[in-house]
Amino acid sequence: MELEAIINQAVSLIDAAEEAATLDQVRVEFMGKKGHLTELLKSLGKLSAEERPAAGQKINQAKQQIQQAIHAKGEALRSAEMNSKLAEEAIDVTLPGRTTVPGNLHPVSRTIERIESFFGQLGFAVKTGPEVEDGFHNFDALNIPANHPARADHDTFYFNPDVMLRTQTSGVQIRTMEVEKPPLRIISPGRVYRNDYDQTHTPMFHQVEGLMVDRNVTFTELKGILHDFLHHFFEESLQVRFRPSYFPFTEPSAEVDVMGKNGQWLEVLGCGMVHPNVLRAVNIDPEEFTGFAFGMGVERLTMLRYGVTDLRSFFENDLRFLKQFN
Amino acid sequence: MKFSEKWLREWIDPAISVEVLSEQLSMAGLEVDVVEPVAGQFEGVVVGEVVECGQHPNADKLRVTKVNVGGDELLDIVCGAPNCRQGLKVAVAVVGAVLPGDFKIKKAKLRGEPSMGMLCSFSELGISEDHDGIVELPLDAPIGADIREYLGLDDHTIEVDLTPNRADCLGIRGIAREVGVLNNLDVHEPEVAPVEPTIGDKLAIHLEAPQACPRYLGRVVCNVNVQAKSPLWLVEKLRRCGIRSIDPIVDVTNFVLLELGQPMHAFNLESIDGSIRVRLAHEGEQLTLLDENTVSLSDNTLVIADDQKPLAMAGIFGGLHSGVNAQTQHILLESAFFSRDAIQGRARQYGLHTDASHRYERGVDPQLQKQAMERATALILEICGGQPGPVVEAVAEEALPAVSQVSLRRARLKRVLGITIDDTKVTQMLTRLGLATEMTDEGWLATVPSYRFDISIEEDLIEEIARVYGYNNIPNEAPKASLQMLAASEAQLSTQSLKSLLIARGYNEAITYSFVDPKIQSALFPELEGLVLPHPISADMSVMRVSLWPGLLGATAYNQKRQQSRIRLFESGLRFIPDADAPSGVRQEPMLGGVIAGPRNEEHWDQESTAVDFFDAKADVEALLALTGKSHLIEFVAAEHPALHPGMSAEIRLEGTVIGHIGAVHPQFTKLLGVNGRPFVFELALTALTERQLPTAKVISKYPANRRDIAITVKEEVTVGSILSFVEKIGVNQLVGLNLFDVYKGKGIEPGYKSLALSLILQDPQKTLEEAEIQQSVETIVKGLESEFGAALRE
Repeated sequence: MELEAIINQAVSLIDAAEEAATLDQVRVEFMGKKGHLTELLKSLGKLSAEERPAAGQKINQAKQQIQQAIHAKGEALRSAEMNSKLAEEAIDVTLPGRTTVPGNLHPVSRTIERIESFFGQLGFAVKTGPEVEDGFHNFDALNIPANHPARADHDTFYFNPDVMLRTQTSGVQIRTMEVEKPPLRIISPGRVYRNDYDQTHTPMFHQVEGLMVDRNVTFTELKGILHDFLHHFFEESLQVRFRPSYFPFTEPSAEVDVMGKNGQWLEVLGCGMVHPNVLRAVNIDPEEFTGFAFGMGVERLTMLRYGVTDLRSFFENDLRFLKQFN
Repeated sequence: MKFSEKWLREWIDPAISVEVLSEQLSMAGLEVDVVEPVAGQFEGVVVGEVVECGQHPNADKLRVTKVNVGGDELLDIVCGAPNCRQGLKVAVAVVGAVLPGDFKIKKAKLRGEPSMGMLCSFSELGISEDHDGIVELPLDAPIGADIREYLGLDDHTIEVDLTPNRADCLGIRGIAREVGVLNNLDVHEPEVAPVEPTIGDKLAIHLEAPQACPRYLGRVVCNVNVQAKSPLWLVEKLRRCGIRSIDPIVDVTNFVLLELGQPMHAFNLESIDGSIRVRLAHEGEQLTLLDENTVSLSDNTLVIADDQKPLAMAGIFGGLHSGVNAQTQHILLESAFFSRDAIQGRARQYGLHTDASHRYERGVDPQLQKQAMERATALILEICGGQPGPVVEAVAEEALPAVSQVSLRRARLKRVLGITIDDTKVTQMLTRLGLATEMTDEGWLATVPSYRFDISIEEDLIEEIARVYGYNNIPNEAPKASLQMLAASEAQLSTQSLKSLLIARGYNEAITYSFVDPKIQSALFPELEGLVLPHPISADMSVMRVSLWPGLLGATAYNQKRQQSRIRLFESGLRFIPDADAPSGVRQEPMLGGVIAGPRNEEHWDQESTAVDFFDAKADVEALLALTGKSHLIEFVAAEHPALHPGMSAEIRLEGTVIGHIGAVHPQFTKLLGVNGRPFVFELALTALTERQLPTAKVISKYPANRRDIAITVKEEVTVGSILSFVEKIGVNQLVGLNLFDVYKGKGIEPGYKSLALSLILQDPQKTLEEAEIQQSVETIVKGLESEFGAALRE
């Protein structure tokens, strides 16, 4: 009877406990050195040897029952405490992060990087060259002798008759072939300059020149590589056409057009088989080696790719324009 | 080259539309730029005759006319054109006609007088012409005929953008030949019968520069009526090819130029003293040109002269004095072959560009002159009358271009194009192109016609074959090459990775022009004289940059003016430093530059919005340098720079060599630059950043690290850099980390002094350090600082 009352009293006290300290007091009151249950255990000695085991067992059961109740209540109190602490610490996760927003590459560089990557996969090495160029590399070695009408078409910025701002990146072909021998696969991106400034011309723009020279490079391969490039660059299956054209440094020569969204053909690059005179100018035997070369206007490709409508916006560096290309 | 579709079809008339024809030409390499109708859309306009023409009773400037258009009765039409007169054949828009712009002609009353139609001007018919009177048709125009049919207005002007090699197509004949090849059709050449001389008048011709002019034909025509009017067909043909009618002589020479591609010239016979001499000019010789400008000739310029004086700049421009004018009675017609080398670049040298020079510098058929002469004579006689003399031809056969033979190897054709084309097909294509071919063991030997002077090597023939075969009929193939791995040095630090770092730190990449404003550049860099562009686009783009700063600061100002206050921009590119020892007289050095301005952070709910300072820029530069793994070899040394604030300016040195600068833009330039606030700029030589240190792994100590903090006071002018490098140099064995964590001035510190707090991390790779060892190391450092900098340890 006494045991039952002790258990009931303990359980109701445990239930009522609202904090860990109260719970601990309950533990001491019942199971401490002078606790109710401890006292009961001590009183076992007064019982007969026959009665003792059964009574002891009962007391131990009661002890376990109370211990479990204290433990469960303790857990409940700890978890409530944790929950309330977590609730206090909750934040608005939608507040903006404390960070620097990254910038981005200029769209022209972005296009150049993509072109380098496409051709890099095929083993084309990237080469660069000077922008203040001499007549030999910008014209003569490219089979454009003095007084050639093609020179007049170039609107060249001259410093003197033999020093100029390069009008094309093709000079890098020559500089490369002067020091390296075939097989050659290079592309050469960079700034070029023409003395022309209006809605559709800026005095500086970018070209990527490509060159492949090997023992049996053919026109079909030139067509193949550029066809693949244009499809991968625009990531759509657009119509491409090769139209005969003329460049003094290639023969046969072609201009390549893609079909624009407006149903008009748009010229995107020029190309051709390297002219034998160009190979001879750098001491490569055109009977032994053939090659192709191509040149593309980076701004034109970028405009088509991203819908840029004003060429001049590339060089204004308006942050509102630039930040669109992240 | 602009030409009329109808004119072309007189020569060759494939059964294809103008659209298909244009596509065909473009795909053969004669790129068609523009196709446009030669007249506006209109209907119901017929030939009429002004039978009566009287003054309008109520309006001074109007006339009332009765016009016969072939109907039952005459039409009353009110007309305001000053050239309206009785007897005139006119273009009449009758009631019901629709003029361009959907303008319908209705019965009307004009100031009380009825008007049953309208007499039209060319511009009202959508035919560009600055003539503002009504159309005057030839007197034999058939009354009632539809104007569109009568004038052949269902025609197009086709403009081809010819490449410089296809000078043979600078005439209707050349285009017709090309169309013939593409459609497998024969060209109908109009017959040009020689004109028999009726008088014996002639001039002697001396070729004094036979290399430059190997063939010159002259013909005297006496008693021509230069006042005659060019017939409408001629005026129309010229107009549709973009050439205005001037007078019948000029019109005829222009006609021949357009038809055959042979430039011609007519002299006033009476202004020629003695004979014709084709010679090089004497240096400084004066010649007044037809445009009344007088030029001083160089001795590289070919002239047509008489015994006394130059008459014309050969193949480029006629002279005023010897030109045909309204009083001219007798003329000398010239039809000459000038070599390309003699003309190329010469027109440009005098700032000229003419239809003749355009053709001669690209090349003219050396066998064309006689035919052109006969064609022009016949037309002049037809229009202006006159008596022709005999054709005098002076020729230096040895200087004429030789007939060239070019061989084409079957194997080479396949090797260049990558396809095999049937032999018979190749022979057929070459033949159509006008090349006489014979088969050889290896392929073909082709004789090139005189008009295809652009063909001289095997590749020219390969290109012709490819072109006619059709580029788009040639398959696309993936290139074949041996798989050769490209070297990639690990020590190479790509510009891309430097750019990526700046981008990650919030920078946008800029691309600015390589030429800048000399006013700004010389202010910022007074000691450097940039390369000057003699013919710039504008004064503010006239000198090559010696630094990326002018461009970047220009972009800063541009953005600040557009409410962009937080600026972080970088650019990579060449700077151009004049140097007589460098190739082309200039060092072209790749640089990486940056600018920051405005608030350090974007406006944020939990970050302070303070302006950037030197250490923001420095942090970015240090981050870049860290990529090289050489931070320990880098020093920032206070140094003045004309563009920078003297107290916030440093040289960046790598092992003692200056590799760049950093600092605040000198406040004296903010107005000139148009920038707000205080921008900070940096610039580094990319060559110093392209190589990075490869890592060598060291063993990481298993033993605990010990931190000891010391605070010292030193005089303000002692730099932190010198203290830190001194501590490192003392070389206490176990020092593995050194950090400055506080700089303090103010209360508690003697004026003129500052307090620095340093943390020292000590660790031994072999053992746990004893307190005594640690103490000893710290003491060594403190003692060193005391003796080197007079530092005092703060307690």
